[in-house]
Amino acid sequence: MPDAIFFYAFALMALAGAVLTVTRSNAVHSALSLICSLIGVAGIFLLQRAEFLFATQILLYVGGVTVLFLFVIMLVNLDEEALLRQFSGHVWVALLGVLGLGILAALSFRAGVQLPAGRPIAESATAGNTQSIADVLFSDYLVPFELISLVLIVAVVGAVLLARKHEDTNARGEV
Amino acid sequence: MAEMLVPVTTIHYLILGAALFLIGTLGVLSRRNLVIVLMSIELMMNGVNVNLIAFSHLWGGVQGQIFGIFIIAVAVAEAAIGLGILIAMFRNRATVQADELELLKW
Repeated sequence: MPDAIFFYAFALMALAGAVLTVTRSNAVHSALSLICSLIGVAGIFLLQRAEFLFATQILLYVGGVTVLFLFVIMLVNLDEEALLRQFSGHVWVALLGVLGLGILAALSFRAGVQLPAGRPIAESATAGNTQSIADVLFSDYLVPFELISLVLIVAVVGAVLLARKHEDTNARGEV
Repeated sequence: MAEMLVPVTTIHYLILGAALFLIGTLGVLSRRNLVIVLMSIELMMNGVNVNLIAFSHLWGGVQGQIFGIFIIAVAVAEAAIGLGILIAMFRNRATVQADELELLKW
């Protein structure tokens, strides 16, 4: 029963934050709602016994990505943008597509409602969640792990290159 | 109704993940502000992660959590690149509206 209470509290947090993120016209409000939604999802991770992912979610998403978003929002000054039309002209097409996807998801839930019982995570006294993740990550998934570090390096270099001010445009007096 | 709600099973987590993904999809498809489009993509990634963690819990392994970590890493890289593109675009066009990018349209 306490499980259910926490699940619905966190799910409400995640969904309400998500809806607000998509609907607010002020980008700062959107970013704050995104933080709310991400913390709700982090709580869901905790309920599913994924403690390491919970910590990663808080550190990386709530502490990193949203700060990056807020930083960019301040940088590009969206005050005038908030007064403009917020939704594109084909919002009804988009709504229809999402509705169709939702119906598809609901149908698949109805059809596949009998999931196998599965196995509970083995409660080991010696190995915690982080250790068991590290054991698998650095043995079976070593190559993907190295590749993801390559992706991150390329992303960092690319982001710096893209956001950098170019000297030749600067010389012509353009910003 | 109550017996559908109270024992929280994997299905509930899957529905939550699907709902997050759909809300994010709606944001990506319909918003004009590119910052909020990027935020909606983060929401979609979170929906996928909820699904992965639910199945990881169901099967009692950590493989799902490892793929969750990979998804978070890719999402962070995507956010960094996306915001870099956005800053470059704002510098050149002084706008962040998605439908004003029409250089390649005819």
